Amino acid sequence: MSKATVLVLSAALWGAPAFAQVDFSGEWAPLYHENGPERLPGPELGDYTELPINDAARLRADSWDADRISVVEQYQCRPHGSDYALRGLGNMRVWREIDPATQRLVGFHTHMLAWDSERTIYMDGRAHPPEYANHTWQGFSTAVWEGNMLTVTTTHLKENYLRRNGVPRSDQAIVTEHWMRHGDYLTVVTVIDDPVFLTEPLVRSDNWYLDPGQHIGIFGCEHAPELPKPEGAVPNHLPGTNPYLREVSEWYGLPYEATRGGAETLYPEYRLKLNSYKAPPKCDRYCTCTTLFDCQLR
Amino acid sequence: MKLLTFAILCGSCAWGQVQSQDAVHVFPVQGNVSMLVGPGGNTTVQMGKEGIVVVDTQTAAVAPQVMAAIRKLAIPPDTPIIWVINTSLDADHISGNEALLRLGGSNEASLRARVITHENVLNRLVAAGPGQARVADAASINDTYFRSPKDFLFNGEAVMVYHIPAAHTDGDSIVLFRRSDVISSGDIFTPDRYPVIDLANGGSVQGLLDGLNKILEMAVAGKYQEGGTFVVPGHGRLCDEADVVEFRDMVAIIRDRVQDMLKKGMALEQVKAAKPSRDYDTQYSGSPDVFVESIYKSLATPRKP
Repeated sequence: MSKATVLVLSAALWGAPAFAQVDFSGEWAPLYHENGPERLPGPELGDYTELPINDAARLRADSWDADRISVVEQYQCRPHGSDYALRGLGNMRVWREIDPATQRLVGFHTHMLAWDSERTIYMDGRAHPPEYANHTWQGFSTAVWEGNMLTVTTTHLKENYLRRNGVPRSDQAIVTEHWMRHGDYLTVVTVIDDPVFLTEPLVRSDNWYLDPGQHIGIFGCEHAPELPKPEGAVPNHLPGTNPYLREVSEWYGLPYEATRGGAETLYPEYRLKLNSYKAPPKCDRYCTCTTLFDCQLR
Repeated sequence: MKLLTFAILCGSCAWGQVQSQDAVHVFPVQGNVSMLVGPGGNTTVQMGKEGIVVVDTQTAAVAPQVMAAIRKLAIPPDTPIIWVINTSLDADHISGNEALLRLGGSNEASLRARVITHENVLNRLVAAGPGQARVADAASINDTYFRSPKDFLFNGEAVMVYHIPAAHTDGDSIVLFRRSDVISSGDIFTPDRYPVIDLANGGSVQGLLDGLNKILEMAVAGKYQEGGTFVVPGHGRLCDEADVVEFRDMVAIIRDRVQDMLKKGMALEQVKAAKPSRDYDTQYSGSPDVFVESIYKSLATPRKP
């Protein structure tokens, strides 16, 4: 081997950037086998199960009136935050951005069906913005490789929801995601640390399969006054007056206390407290719910 | 020697902390407008060939840092301050006026700057009793307006100053930089802390909500409720319309709760004990009791026509 060949090979090897161990690029179709009723038709009012929320979050959700989505015009076209976007209408396109000069990975971009939300996950080592910078629905994301797993950290999120029934997630939350690809399947585990509304991190997972034929259409949304209401009206339930909070416990035969969420309810030991639990005689609400169109409503 | 070293190290540590706490950070917003984030709150600046507009000057103590931040942005660095607008009578918005303009040095244009506020601000500063420091603040103001909006064209864009009656105080202004599409809100909007409804200086909860609704009326969000018009708050991070909505909703919901308790005949102490803001207390800094009390008293006192 000549010296020149060695030099060329060395340059090629040394010049190969510390590149993505895994490429997430492609069209990804969501799998709704987990938490289908929450993610497709939408959560029941008053269902706070599986959420390690504090009292502040609970009262905020109890006070939430769905009319707000319509009456407060600015809510009509409000998108999911990037932490929730992975859960609902989660058809996703992922593509890489490569620096043409260095061939290094600058980051991944995602496009979601819901609200056409687009997001950049930076991988070029840049710092997060200062605390006084503006926040966005997608937040500011950077990532590092941990083996074949991509670990994403997101800050600067706008206030939004942990669940679409008024359970809030604050703008101070820091979200960590772990992206893992296994062949044609993608799993993202999301860990939400919210010092305002959670007593411990909320951990959730979502899954996709590779669907090269997927076509994501245009979402589109334009807000407009839908009802004659006084200027500045903010629909809300006064504490103790929301009539819908017990529905979920009655429909599913769950103790009311168990539907109120909180860290304690996440752990197996909590089953010991559910002595009064009676399973419904037969399932008649959201019994099968694996796609958008087969959720059985009562 | 060890003692000396310790003293030097500690001294430098303390100095470093002071420097850090007093630092004024520059954050470009959009168009000709930038936000200066300091220990006394936020200053908004608009600059161009004609000079500089400054909205709120923070305190005299940080004037050198505010001026240094302005010099970083200005081209040329000695571009004069031509307009100063104070959004309220609070010391952290107004007490830097004189010191900041003096730092313009020999720049005569800066010494002749128009310092403007709503006339209620000047009236209240002048009415302050003898021995109060606000006389100096009053002296730093050389112009007032009473018809809203006060507007002028500067650096090729309309600058519109709106009076928001009886909100945080009765002399609040918000400033719209129309071409840059940025609103400087003063203390009507403080995204990370409960608003101060200064009843003694003419504030009211309904006026505060009216002011927030006015901002929402003026702001136009970008695609899917993000960006578009930016809002520089009196304190806290840069925001847009969606952030103002969250804050307005918080004030409206707590107002509704206190109003309901008032209708039930509950006394102030009973209302405070019921903690009507308890689901917001983990999110907003400041005293919930003071905020709730100001809402209660504001609702219990009929508004002047």
